[in-house]
Parts: sequence; C-alpha cells; structure tokens
Amino acid sequence: MSEHKQNVGLPDKLYKVKYKTDERSHLKIKDQGVCAQCEDKPCIARCPAEVYEDEHGQILVAYENCLECGVCKIVCPFDNIEWEYPRGGYGVVWKFG
Amino acid sequence: MTPDSSAMDKNFDVIIVGAGPSGLAAATTCARAGLKTIVIERGDRPGTKNVMGGILYTRPTAGVWPEFWKEAPLERPIFEQQYWMLTPDSALKFGYRSEQFVGDVPNAFSVLRVKVDRYFAEQTEKAGALIICQTLVEEVLTDGDRVKGVRCGREDGELYAPVVILCEGVNPELGKTLGMQQRLKPSQVASITKEIISLPQETINDRFNLPGDDRGVAIELMADATAGLLGMGFIYTNSNTLSVGVGALLQDAMDSQYTPYDLLVRMKTHPMVAPLLQGGETLEYVSHMIPEGGYGAMPQLFGDGIMVCGDAAMLVNSLHREGSNLAITSGKLAAETAVEAHDKGDFSAKTLHGYRGRLEQSVVLPDLRKYRNATRFMETHPVFDVYPEFASDAAREMLTVDGESKRAKQWKLMRMLFQRRTIFGLAWDGLDAGRSFL
Repeated sequence: MSEHKQNVGLPDKLYKVKYKTDERSHLKIKDQGVCAQCEDKPCIARCPAEVYEDEHGQILVAYENCLECGVCKIVCPFDNIEWEYPRGGYGVVWKFG
Repeated sequence: MTPDSSAMDKNFDVIIVGAGPSGLAAATTCARAGLKTIVIERGDRPGTKNVMGGILYTRPTAGVWPEFWKEAPLERPIFEQQYWMLTPDSALKFGYRSEQFVGDVPNAFSVLRVKVDRYFAEQTEKAGALIICQTLVEEVLTDGDRVKGVRCGREDGELYAPVVILCEGVNPELGKTLGMQQRLKPSQVASITKEIISLPQETINDRFNLPGDDRGVAIELMADATAGLLGMGFIYTNSNTLSVGVGALLQDAMDSQYTPYDLLVRMKTHPMVAPLLQGGETLEYVSHMIPEGGYGAMPQLFGDGIMVCGDAAMLVNSLHREGSNLAITSGKLAAETAVEAHDKGDFSAKTLHGYRGRLEQSVVLPDLRKYRNATRFMETHPVFDVYPEFASDAAREMLTVDGESKRAKQWKLMRMLFQRRTIFGLAWDGLDAGRSFL
C-alpha cells in the first residue's frame, strides 16, 4: 500500500459535496490506545472521504468530511469507532444522491 | 414539514423512521388506509440523505404510486441494458436493446434520488401522512418487550404509536440497539463510490447511440472495472448527466491497494470508459453502502410492535441490481400488516408475523432465497479474473485473421484455459454455478 499514491484529486471532489456541519463530531474513537496497537488501520484506506488520518499513532477524525456511508465502523477490527448519525438536519446534504 | 413539536399531538397510529423508498411507501399505504401516520426523517428534506446507483423499476413503484412516471421528475426510460467485461485494454460486451422496454409502462428509469424522493414525499403527504424532517430518532421506546413509540433528538421529542416501522437504510442503528440486528460484517456489504457527471444532452445521445432524451441505457461493468474485486461498475444515462460508479464487497476491497475513490478513478480512466466521460464536469461525489448479505444475513424482520423494511432488512438482490423495488414492496407490505394489526387491535409479533408471510407471497423473499448462495459463489470462484480474461482472449483470438486455422486457434484456446484453471476447477465452477443460480 506504500508506493501507490492514494486519493489524488479527492479534495476537489469533496469540495463539490454540500454539508451542513455540526460543531460537534458524530464520530468518535473510543480508545486511541487501541488504534495505536492496530497495524492495518483499515478505517484510513476504506473511508471514501479521508476522514481518518494517522498522526504519530493518534487517529485524527475529520468528521466534517464524512459522507455517512458507515464503512469505517464495519472495517474497524476492534469495534473502536463510535458511529452515530449526525444530529437531525446536519451532515451531508446530497444535491443529486 | 416544519417541525413544531410543541403544538403537535404526540399520538399516532403508526410511526415510520426514515423517508427513503421503503419509508415513503409504507407511509403512503398507511395513510391511504386511514391511519394517522408520521414519518421522521433526519435529512434537511426527504431525499437529501438518500443514495442509490440510479435505476428505478416502474412496476413495483407503481404498486404504491400508480402512474407516477407520467409526472415524477425521472431522468430517462431505460431501453437498453449492457454488460461489459473489461480487461485492461479490452471490453467484451453483451447488450439487449428493445422498444418494448419503453412501451406504455416503461420497465425502468434512470433517476436522481434527491429529485425523485422529493416527489414521492409530496405524494406521501397528499395521501395524508405527516413528514417531519431534520429530526433524528435516537431511541425506540418500549414498555417491557412491547414497542410504544420513539424519542427524537429534539426537546420534548417523544412520540407514541402502537407500531413502529424501521426504514433506516443500510446503517440500522435503532435495529441494532433493539437487538434485532447484528453488527454488519465486511463480507455483508459493498462500498460504492459514484460521481454525477454533467454533459450536454446531445453529447450523451451521440456517445451512447441514443435516438433522443426519451431513451436511456444502463451499462454494468465487470472484471477489470473493479480491478478484479468482487463487485461491479456502472454507467447510467440521465437526462443531462451520467451516474458513474463502482462498488466492491468490503471484505474484498480491504485486501486491495485501491481506496474507494481510487477504484472509481481507475474505472473512469479505463480506455473503454474515458472517451464516454470526456469533457464532463463532476457535479457531486457520492458514497454509500449496499447490504449484500442476502437471505442468510437478514435481521429479525418483526417483533412486538415493530417491523423492519428495505436496506435495513437486507432486502437487496445484488446480482440483479434490485434494491429500491424490494424496499418499496417491503414498505407497502409492512404497512398492510400495520393496518391489519389496527383492525384486530393486536400489535404483537403474532399479528406482525403476517409481514413475513406477505414477503413470502411476494417476489421479495423467494428471490432472496433463490440467490442466497450468490455472494459465496462469487467469493469462491474466479469469476472476476480468470473467466473474463479468458473470454476476452478467446474473442480476440477468434476474431484475429493471421493465417492460423480456426481449429488450431480452438486448440490453443483449450490449452490456454486448462493452464489457467484445472479440469476439476472448471467442473466445480460449473456445478456450483448451476447449484447457486438455477
């Protein structure tokens, strides 16, 4: 997975997505210690919107990019992501869907 | 549709969670039968949280909204279905185009969900249902084992009804909390990315050989379209946009170097695909999951005072690209069961069991049962690499005129096939295919 440059051009695509961003995150890492032990960190590569980022073993969560697909909570091998729907009216607002 | 919880009566005959195809079908059916019906939707307005590839089948939809196609904001009636098996530089194509698909009742339409769900929501309101938006249901309220209503994420947000229909979609958070659902596994869902790409109508007609904007084509792309992953790509012609997407079983994708976005870029830049999209502007980038666990992975469909419909109930026939039709049918059947429960005054699982019976009588459960082994089959046989590659090589070999006799070419192809798959492998693939699909 190392040589292949991932998600080139994705930020421009996310720019096309309309959001109503809540000030609080609907995605939470339950225990950063568990992520530090996780070798594959599949949440990072499987998220279609680069919500998850590894910074020195800490997982940063850019919840404002979230497309609400639900993939991250399913691929997490340790069930370590607390995934909720954004509050009513918040989050992604599809124009076409 | 403006939420004003203070003035609102809090008691209903039925509460429906989610304004997707199953929720709106359920609500329309309940309201028409005279039930006091409320739909609670978390999106800005109905449709803005909803995603699908983009093909809506007419007849199951007309089962709830008769003749909707005469006025709904649809894209194009689909009169051609194509299947492309891609290798890195080739495409083996099958297709069927028929004017019979666009007769009095067109078989299917390409649609954009935000537009079309807004229309179905309006019809649902006309039928007499109340739709409350921007409201998340946070909890299903119970009295012992019996469901008695829901609590919404707003002040004073408790609503009551003797029966609740969950139409939450592929992320069934309430169903999970109630213990009706297990946590989904990567082997049970596909992860899809899609772009809506704008092109002039004339350009679309020319590139896809369409006589006018009253004809559309649906193309499913396999094999190299997904880099050999268990999944499929698609191109659907809308009125003046294309829906271009690709999806793969999450379990398979997890072992791949491609991110969901990269898989889409890879397909869009394939030499057989790129010319169709050239010059188009991406209007939206979309992602979604499709529940593909099939019959064996269905959750509990009903309980005391509760029923589950659509994607939340895993009602998807992925092999045939059917989901929204099964969602609409299931919503309608759950509603009929809710009406029966009101007639009897009994909302226990004993009465709501009738929902499952109705699904058995419809196409929903028989079709899901028929294809219960389809995903397992595709996981265990090389249908996304060995066979498409061989078919492509065979087509090229037989169509190449180079002085070699056709008989010699046939022998060459036979040897080629046996190099790639043993005779036992071939026999097992064939036998298991028969068992899994016939």
